[in-house]
Order: sequence, then structure tokens, then C-alpha cells
Amino acid sequence: MSSQAWINLAYLATSMLFILAFKLMTGPRTAVKGNYLGAAGMAIALIAAGFEQDVVGSVARNGSWPLVMLGLAGLIGGGIGAVMALRYPMTGMPQMVALLNGLGGAASTLVAGAELWNTQSKSMLTGGDQEAIAVAAAANLAPWTQFVIATALTGLIGAVTFWGSFVAFAKLEELPRFKKAWTDPNRHWINLGLALVTLLLIWGLCANPQSVALYWLLVIVGSILGCTLTMPIGGADMPVVICLLNSYSGLAAAAAGFVIDNPVLVIAGSLVGASGLILTAIMCQAMNRSLVGVLFGGLGTTTVATGDDVYAGKVKSASAEEIAMVLEGASRVVIVPGYGLAVAQAQHAVRELANALEKRGTTVEYAIHPVAGRMPGHMNVLLAEADIPYEKLREMDDINPTFPETDVAIVIGANDVVNPAARTDPQSPIAGMPILDVDKAKTVVVVKRSLSPGFAGIPNPLFAADNTLMYFADGKKAVLDLTAAIQRG
Amino acid sequence: MTTLVLPLLLADAIAAEDPATRFIRLLTVFLLAMWVGFEVITKVPQRLHTPLTSGSNAISGITAVGAIVVAGALTSGVGTVLGFLAMVLAMINVVGGFVVTHRMLAMFQPRKK
Repeated sequence: MSSQAWINLAYLATSMLFILAFKLMTGPRTAVKGNYLGAAGMAIALIAAGFEQDVVGSVARNGSWPLVMLGLAGLIGGGIGAVMALRYPMTGMPQMVALLNGLGGAASTLVAGAELWNTQSKSMLTGGDQEAIAVAAAANLAPWTQFVIATALTGLIGAVTFWGSFVAFAKLEELPRFKKAWTDPNRHWINLGLALVTLLLIWGLCANPQSVALYWLLVIVGSILGCTLTMPIGGADMPVVICLLNSYSGLAAAAAGFVIDNPVLVIAGSLVGASGLILTAIMCQAMNRSLVGVLFGGLGTTTVATGDDVYAGKVKSASAEEIAMVLEGASRVVIVPGYGLAVAQAQHAVRELANALEKRGTTVEYAIHPVAGRMPGHMNVLLAEADIPYEKLREMDDINPTFPETDVAIVIGANDVVNPAARTDPQSPIAGMPILDVDKAKTVVVVKRSLSPGFAGIPNPLFAADNTLMYFADGKKAVLDLTAAIQRG
Repeated sequence: MTTLVLPLLLADAIAAEDPATRFIRLLTVFLLAMWVGFEVITKVPQRLHTPLTSGSNAISGITAVGAIVVAGALTSGVGTVLGFLAMVLAMINVVGGFVVTHRMLAMFQPRKK
């Protein structure tokens, strides 16, 4: 068997391991194994790549230093990656994921750029020699439009991924400059203009396949586009953006695979692309919004009833002692966490509250809305960090039918995902969005700092419902106070 | 010059399949892998969506393979430098992604107190 055949066999093994890794992601225990298999697959592919004809040939000509250089690059990158992954606080996961994602996209852009540069300098060997060029063209070695387009797409998607992820990172880190969404009314025209320039550049690159300058121009325009596309998107839509960028980084890798004719890049890239697309679709569905709406819309600004109409005189505020008394009589309590819980860092306090309740024989469960938080599955990670067993975290469709038998639902830092207007008011901007039916519980306790609206900017009739008690405080302080009150009682 | 380059190009030409065939081969792989991806990933439960995101993130670092090929060939100075940089970035992505996924999954395991 030729050495290329062995290399391809190794790539096949990698692809199978990656698919297995995804397949084992169905349960928390098997997922650990899956992650190891994924890492093993990656290691196999990296070693196999070292035996590629181009690399072996270059080692034969130049001695082992190409391998030393690559090893060094791998060590530098791997070292930085490991330190980042181990040091970054668990609560900063959305940022970390965004950041890593962006680097993958940038790497693909650089790979395609390097390949273009290499082909260009190879063809310079023939230096205008008409006979050689004719032979090359006859042998179909001349750049072929499909592969030029693949190169262009790699550069473009990679650049959009990198800068888009960078903006997402900055928003999630709440860097001051990025705190407010960019809502310039002309932004659609700016984006449209940039998109047209991109198409023009791709067309130009097809006409002049060896133009390195056009490639980098495309990368620059892609970089601007990555920023202008992400900057208008608000915090609550971050889960969608993270998923979409994740998908892009995979697609960029797949496109790079087309450029250098490497099946493992294509397979791994498309697996990641598919994963990101599915998550994007799930997130959009959970918000009952179209992808186009999330990316370009911002929520509709139809004026609905203001907070004053909805809340007037109907909001009941309670003290920690009063709520503790209600909780003491409860046999089933459901806790509904939202992004406010993450902001207040209240996950450990919630765990203590649950412990105090469980000690009294109360059943405690957690209702997780698919888009609660800033990335897919954010609440699960947050609560897992506080050692809350994952069996108690229930998904929306699973727990919704049980709310009528729930004595107390405690909503901490969630708003739009528990707004019954989504179910009852067809005029509401969030009409039709699947919500957690907490209003059907016998008593609802809402922990919130004020009556300020959530991301959708609409009042929540839940706060004025007869069975709702409001507890106005910071999430963490509130939960600690409740726990103390229960322990005293 | 011609005498030096021609045999090289011809050797390449014999080894290479025609570009359309090559493109369709890669396209086949791409679409089938997408399909497998859709089938497998729709079964991942919501509670594991974050580790799924970070794990798939690590896998997108596969572009490191591309970096090895383009930088290892030492064809052009600039190409090699770009490939080197790509290798560094891709490896941050790979190692960071797998380690962070492992950390996250470790939290999902029931722990003995």
C-alpha cells in the first residue's frame, strides 16, 4: 500500500472517531468518553498529516526542521489553549467558546491564504514559460474556478468567524464599548454594500486566480462584515450567534479542505457545520423567531400595554419570612433560572436553598428553558458547577405539564421565558414563543431587582398575577435570605 | 528551466484526477458528512448543548492538518509563516476546546462528597 493510502486510512479513522464523539454526546457519562475519542482522532490526523507527500518531500530536501517548526507551533498553541481552558472561570464559558471559535476560523483563513501564496510561487517557477504553462493547463493543473471559489469562501467565512466571534466575546465580557447594540438605521445598507463588494471580489478572484492581493482584500472586507453583522445583535440573542459562528468555523474548515484536497478537513468541518446549524435552528425555534429576524431584525417595536397598565396596584411584594412560610408548606418546588442567576453568580446559593428545602422533605426540580442564558445549555453548566445533579434539571416540554401540581415555582433572573403573554396575547411581540408555564403553579415567587422589562422590552403579566409574590432584591442576596429564613423557621 | 519543471508537472498530471472529478468527490464527502452530522447531533439532549458546542469547536480545529501541509512543504517564505501562524491558532482551538469540554463534562458527573 502506498504511503498516501495509509494516510487516507488514518484520516478515515479520524472521521469515524469524530462521528463517534458526537454520537456519545447523548449522555453526560458517555460524553466524557466521546471527548477522549475526539481528541484521539485529532491526534491521529495531526500525525498522519506529518507524513503527507508535501511534508515528507520537504523533510527530504531540508532536513527535519519543518517538523521541528510545526512541533513548536503546536506546542505554543497547545500550551496557550490548555492554560486558557484551565484558568478561565467556568462562568465565563460563553466568552471562552466564542474566543476559541474565532481562532479556528482565523486559522482556516490563513491556511487558504498560505496555499494561494504557495501555488503562486510554484507557478512562478515556470516564469512565463509559455510551453510549460500550456502543458500545465492541458494537465488541468491551472487553478479551477470551483477551487478558487473554495479559497475565496475559506477566506471570507474564516474572517467573518474571527471578527464575529471577537465582537461576541467583547459583548459577553461586557467590555464598555460593546455593551450597547449598534442600531444605526443605515446598518442594513452598509451590510448590503459590503456583501456586494464581497461578491465582486470573489468574481475578481475567479478572473485572476493567482491574485494574492484580491484574496487579502476579501479577507479585510470579510473582517469588517464580521463586525457589522454581529454588533447590532443584543445580549439575549447571543445563543443564536454563538451557534451560528460555531457552524461557520466548521464550514470554513470544510472549505479549506476543498482548497487543499483533504477529505478529513471536509468531513470534520461539515460535522461541525451541521452541529452549529442544528443548534441555531433549535435556539431560533425556542424563541419563536426566524434566523433572519435574529440576525437583521431586532424585536418589532409595536407598542403594547405599558408596564403601568399591567402592573397598576396588582403587584404583591413579599418579605423573605412570608415566602419562607409558603415554601415550608410546599411539597414540590420548581426553580426557574435565567440569565439574571448567572449575572448574580447565585448558583451556589440556589444549591443551598434546595438543600434546605430537601432537608424538610420537599421535592426540588429545575426548569430549564432552551434559550435561558447566553449560550445553548448555559443554565445546565452553571447549575452543574454548583454540584446540582443533572437528573433534576428538566427540559421545558418535560416539566411544563407538571406545573399545575407544583406548589411553588421560584423564578430567579428570568423574565421573557416565563411571560404568559406569549400564550395569551396574540398581539404580543413574543406571541407564540414557547414558555415555561410557571403561572400555572399554585404560588409563583419571582426574584427580581425591579419591574424593569426583559430583553423583549414588554411588561410581564405574571408579575401582577394573583398567585405571584415578588421579592425585589439581587438574585444571590435574595436566595441567601430565603435560605436563612427557612433555616430559622 | 523547462526541462527542469516539465517532468515535475507531468508527474503531477498523471497522479491528478481531473478537477471536476476531484470536486465532485469532495462534494460527495461534504454532503454525506453533513447528513451524518444532522442525524447524530439531533439526538444530543439540551442539557449537553454547551459541551456539544465546545467539543465541536475543538473539532473545527482540524484545520491544523491543513496548516501542517501548507507550512511543512516550505514552498514559499510567506506561505510558511502563514501556515505557522495557522498552526498556532488552530492548536489553541484544538487543545483549548477539548480541555474546556472535559472540564465542563467533569462537572456533570455525580461527585462524592
